Amino acid sequence: MNNSIAFRTIIYKEIHRFIRIWPQTLLPPAISTALYFLIFGKLIGDRIGSINGASYMDYIVPGIILMSVISHSYANVVSSFYSSKFQHNIEELLVAPVSNWIILAGYVGGGIARGLLVGIVVTGISMLFADITVNHLGVTIAVYFLTATLFALAGFINAVFADSFDDISIIPNFVLTPLSYLGGVFYSVSMLPDLWQTISLANPILYMVNAFRYGLIGVSDIKIEIAFAITGGFILFLTALSLFLLHKGVGIKN
Amino acid sequence: MNALSIQNLKKTYSNGFTALKGINLEVESGDFFALLGPNGAGKSTAIGIISSLVNKTSGSVSIFGYDLKKDNAKAKNCIGLVPQEINFNQFETVKNIVLNQAGYYGIPRKQAIKNTEKCLKQMSLWDKRDTVSRRLSGGMKRRVMIARALVHSPRLLILDEPTAGVDIEIRRSMWEMMEQVNKEGTTIILTTHYLEEAESLCKNIAIINNGVIVENSGMAELLTRVNKDHFILDLANPISAIPDIAGYEFDLPDSKVLNVTVSKGKGLNSLFQQLSEKNITVLSLKNKSNRLEQLFLNLVNE
Repeated sequence: MNNSIAFRTIIYKEIHRFIRIWPQTLLPPAISTALYFLIFGKLIGDRIGSINGASYMDYIVPGIILMSVISHSYANVVSSFYSSKFQHNIEELLVAPVSNWIILAGYVGGGIARGLLVGIVVTGISMLFADITVNHLGVTIAVYFLTATLFALAGFINAVFADSFDDISIIPNFVLTPLSYLGGVFYSVSMLPDLWQTISLANPILYMVNAFRYGLIGVSDIKIEIAFAITGGFILFLTALSLFLLHKGVGIKN
Repeated sequence: MNALSIQNLKKTYSNGFTALKGINLEVESGDFFALLGPNGAGKSTAIGIISSLVNKTSGSVSIFGYDLKKDNAKAKNCIGLVPQEINFNQFETVKNIVLNQAGYYGIPRKQAIKNTEKCLKQMSLWDKRDTVSRRLSGGMKRRVMIARALVHSPRLLILDEPTAGVDIEIRRSMWEMMEQVNKEGTTIILTTHYLEEAESLCKNIAIINNGVIVENSGMAELLTRVNKDHFILDLANPISAIPDIAGYEFDLPDSKVLNVTVSKGKGLNSLFQQLSEKNITVLSLKNKSNRLEQLFLNLVNE
């Protein structure tokens, strides 16, 4: 059995899927981020001044790019895998000699690809509003891939447990979006009172946003090593959980 | 070698319902095998376990000698499944559905394209290859599932009610296709509610009821157990009363239709002779019910 062919087939299918429905997958982040930059960056940002030595517009660019990567890598996997369950075409993979880790890698790879494409689109939009210079290219790329991987895995687990289309929108709406907004995208945690600073440290998105900001503009509220350790830890945990769920057939086998 | 070997297979669902109560089944390589049973008997559960869509509770399944648990990939490689319900992506084109399936089986792209073309042509779907699958008719969707199941040239093809809900013309063309695939060496397991389909296509049969196999034998051997045949006679002229002919059971649902039950070995010559003597002319004759149907009903109602 050639696993690499099965992997490429899933990846191709996933990319083909979100490219085919580009008005739903690629256009909305372009519009919403342009509005973020216009309203928060241009109109309000000029009155805020600078944060940690960076202009407000430059400060929010990394967070907005990463927020788009997070939401779209998650959305791609959760919607695609749940649709496969809903239409029962997940059975095409289950009857075939495809390893569980290949199924997982294929779907997560699709999520990363959409995150990358959305990230490129949003970066392109942000260049209309800010001068982007990459301070640490390696950190920037690593944080992007690790974040996209982590949230693609989270989307996969959400899809495994989902029993209805409502179930795939609850986590993004009520967990992911608030955590993203409270993850230091639009502000520095040092601006918060002590209690809220401590509470914010429990938000994993805070670490990723700051690490990505460090990669792009060289500014961070937290240590980069801790950000990588936390992101890597979550990825290992979610990968193990996803493989366990696939092995047990939770949500996909009777 | 057996294409399929099932030993003491049990399945109890999480709600406590026991669908399979320890079935044993052997299907020989090259066979055209019918797995019959009423709704809820356990057929689809058994097929689900064989094709890795349902987790078994206990027991073992091996496909061409490969244990489904220990040699999972090799066992899966031998199977092609045509499920009961449409289960492909309705937004995908016909060609991509079949092509992707070849990819899942690890078939290199060039070969996969060739296999896809062959299977789609075999199913008379080549002209529809770029059509989005949701735009196909019900019969075409069924044929897409068969093409998809055949794309990796499986040694065992499992067809779970493949002709359900399709018109008679398509059903007959699917019968021809199944016979052809079987002649080419592929073992076929067929479940169907059309018993005449099983009778005319299959060599061996198992009947499952309430999670147990209640019958497992050759089709010809099973049919020898039919001890009565039921016929419908269309008469040329109306009659007012059932004719008095010894050795046959009659029923007169209409003045020009006579139903007759004939015991095995009795034959029809004597009946026609006596009807003729009574000036009753028979225009045509047909079986009232399928022979297998009678046996099936007897077995599942026992």
